[in-house]
Amino acid sequence: MSQPSPPILSVRDVHRRYRRARTSLFKPPSEVPAVRGVSFDIQPGQRFGLVGESGSGKSTLIRLLAALDHPTSGSIEFEGHRISGQPERRLGFLRERLQVVFQDPMGSLDPRMRVRDIIAEPLVAARKPTPPDRIRELLTAVGLPDDAGDRYPHQFSGGQRQRISIARALSTRPSVVVADEPVSALDVSVRAQILNLLADLADEYSLTLVFVSHDLSVVRHVCDTIAVMHHGELVEMGATTDVYDNPQHSYTRRLVAAVPTLRRALAGVSAAELARAVTAADPEEDEQ
Amino acid sequence: MSEQVNVVSVPVAEPAAARRGSRLNPSLIVGGSIVALIIGAALLSFVWTPYDPTRIDAAARLTSYSGDHWLGTDKFGRDVFSQLLVGARTTLFVGIVAVGIAAVIGTPLGIFAGMGSRWAGEIVMRGNDLLLAFPALLMAIMFAAVYGPSTLTAMAAIGIATVPSFARLARSGTLGVMNTEYVLAARAAGRTRRAIAVRHVLPNISGLVIVQSSVAFAIAILAEAALSFLGFGTRPPTPSWGRMLQESQELLHSAPRLALWPGIAIALAVLGFNLLGDGLRDRFDPRLEVRR
Amino acid sequence: MNNQIAGPSTPPGAGIPDAAEPALRVRDLRVGTDNLDLITDVSFTLAPGERVGLIGESGSGKSLTALALLGLLPEEVKASGSIRLSEVGFDVVGASERQMSKVRGDRMAMVFQEPMTALNPVMQVGDQVAEIMLLHRRQPDRRAARRAAVEMLAKVRLPDPEGAARAYPHQLSGGQRQRVVLAIALANDPAVLLCDEPTTALDVTVQAHMLDLILTGVAERDSALLFITHDLAVVATVCERVLVMYGGRIVESGPIDEVFTRPRHPYTRGLLDASDMDAVDGRGRLHTIPGTVPAAGRFPDGCVFRNRCAHATQQCVQVPPLEHKGARAHACWHPVEEPT
Repeated sequence: MSQPSPPILSVRDVHRRYRRARTSLFKPPSEVPAVRGVSFDIQPGQRFGLVGESGSGKSTLIRLLAALDHPTSGSIEFEGHRISGQPERRLGFLRERLQVVFQDPMGSLDPRMRVRDIIAEPLVAARKPTPPDRIRELLTAVGLPDDAGDRYPHQFSGGQRQRISIARALSTRPSVVVADEPVSALDVSVRAQILNLLADLADEYSLTLVFVSHDLSVVRHVCDTIAVMHHGELVEMGATTDVYDNPQHSYTRRLVAAVPTLRRALAGVSAAELARAVTAADPEEDEQ
Repeated sequence: MSEQVNVVSVPVAEPAAARRGSRLNPSLIVGGSIVALIIGAALLSFVWTPYDPTRIDAAARLTSYSGDHWLGTDKFGRDVFSQLLVGARTTLFVGIVAVGIAAVIGTPLGIFAGMGSRWAGEIVMRGNDLLLAFPALLMAIMFAAVYGPSTLTAMAAIGIATVPSFARLARSGTLGVMNTEYVLAARAAGRTRRAIAVRHVLPNISGLVIVQSSVAFAIAILAEAALSFLGFGTRPPTPSWGRMLQESQELLHSAPRLALWPGIAIALAVLGFNLLGDGLRDRFDPRLEVRR
Repeated sequence: MNNQIAGPSTPPGAGIPDAAEPALRVRDLRVGTDNLDLITDVSFTLAPGERVGLIGESGSGKSLTALALLGLLPEEVKASGSIRLSEVGFDVVGASERQMSKVRGDRMAMVFQEPMTALNPVMQVGDQVAEIMLLHRRQPDRRAARRAAVEMLAKVRLPDPEGAARAYPHQLSGGQRQRVVLAIALANDPAVLLCDEPTTALDVTVQAHMLDLILTGVAERDSALLFITHDLAVVATVCERVLVMYGGRIVESGPIDEVFTRPRHPYTRGLLDASDMDAVDGRGRLHTIPGTVPAAGRFPDGCVFRNRCAHATQQCVQVPPLEHKGARAHACWHPVEEPT
């Protein structure tokens, strides 16, 4: 990880504030800081895990990384090119090189479009030809039958829809895939399939993976680096094993303590003990 | 996990396709039949009417129901049934022009307001409010005063006055679609604004627009009848249900049937398009819910 | 304070105390539409104070089971069989709406997944807790109910219960809302508390506290708990016994520490393997169950799991009976071998 190769994504002191709706004619509208002074680098080939709970700012950060939104201050560079604050017409390269897999496998597919057209959309957007072979190849890569292309999203199960979403993300042969909670809406028995698929594809296409989740155990399995976000700040970042086994920040300790695992439960750890551990990790932060 | 969302829909997990077939509700059938009847009458009038609807026959003035004239004749001896048939053309023409103008201007305007910057949206919607505050009939009368009364000017006025309702609807629909992840995905794929509007927003709000169109159609028919009745709409001798009504008013006591038939025709047409709108709404809405 | 909440270390078979009348007894529950069975042959009992998990994936019928227990099935869905609650003189299956409205929120209460939709957005939460007590005449008048409501809110450890009682749902955080929902559910000391994914919408750090509160709540009242979830780790933390549901049938049941360490049904085995993020094969990949969960009504005849099962044979065309063996039961012709 400490190689001197240039980072593929470089985030420098990024802030993003949102303005609340005006409540008074005379007072200026108040601002909500969603991301506060975040800096990090992602190296090519890295499996970068971003962990945080609701309101941590991780969703905002993903949008910033994908240049779907722009920081209030700070800069983001992709392969050495600045992407923050750039107009859409100058982001063509990013739209090809970085793709996003969204959380909700139903909501992220247009119900009025055939699967074939959904998968081809990034290619069409990039004004690239979409030979039928390419669609078939992508469908095969994500484990869907050839005839899936002619059908509509609602005809597929949640797991299959997420495969469609992944096929779309791969269509432009990107170097970075940002996966935003890709398995949190899936059934347990399907979740493992999708995680394996992502791992296989990341190997096969030498992808850099930015994997976002609230589930520490999933991130731990998938990623080699973990960054923990809390209240818009990056509170801890490091190699997965270090962060998970030896968390430094009190919030990370809280998070690690709170996750119920089968092993712990079968070893007799009760909910009361979990709750106590959460409080003990960081008494001040506790919700009560 | 996602199971709790809508347990009611569990038994009908196979949505759209299977469902649509069985979703022929009564409003849709009745409304559709009435509308089909009116379209049929209008088409028929191009190839056949019992008499020339504008032919004045002094010998057969104000005859009642008979084998020669099924619904009798008016004060000039014109055949009422023939006039009704040809009047259906006017009615449809009116609806198509008015709704066409409203939908073609209003929908893109609404999409623009929903997709553009906040300022663009504000400007469009405030302009909308301004237009909405202006009574449609008043606008039609003004148009008639400036451009001379005719079916077309009347309907252009009605159409323009209906633009805000389409724009508002399209905007709210667009805002809904713009908040979905598939639009976010399209943006992340590098789709331009225009492509998103055409490929994602328009198909997904088309149901709403179609429903609104049929309701606006009914309103336009009523407006035309009212304007013709007031003398600002269709000019004689073109037959129009509204004008038939107007011409019958002095004879309301001696020949009430002259008011009755165009009255029924107007009521039926309005009912038909409203029912069709309701039926289409029922048909489009469940699909929208299934998506959640 | 809650040392009575023994973990899964309770001795096996402790689920069914001999003397007491069960808090809930479900017999041959069948739920379906005219031409589609959604839940088939579901039978189980909950003893007072017992904590039972009902696990399954989407389409397994677990949430529908909860609705059937509450008599809240959608109109086109019908139930048959029998659902009996202790101290309730009638069968929930076939009971009238009037009868059921006396039971719901009183003898049996439910905590739903989404706390925002379970609360009335235009009513102060204190009044919502008070209302349920007044409705079932547990409190003599509005003032007493209001006082009791504040007490309930204090019991679910809402900070500043007096102030919280005057708050509207949108003024509370997700975790706080779910505490209010729990307060409403526990207000009348129900014999049975149903929880349908009560922590799925919450953050993990909030989840731990919520689970603790639920357990304390049922332990204080000796209520039976039916905890519905897809999360095996959560169910293992909370419950002593588990029912594994798939395709509208219970495919395995028994004490958690046995079922989760020595599962007999291949589906249970697969679920355990698939959700274990630490167990990987030689290539570092997770274990999976092949295929996907079929849509409701699309499960195969015979054994519902046979189209995804590696051990399926011709015999599996026949529905395997739920075979009881001590405190455990499984419905499989080719059960996973018990390690010797």
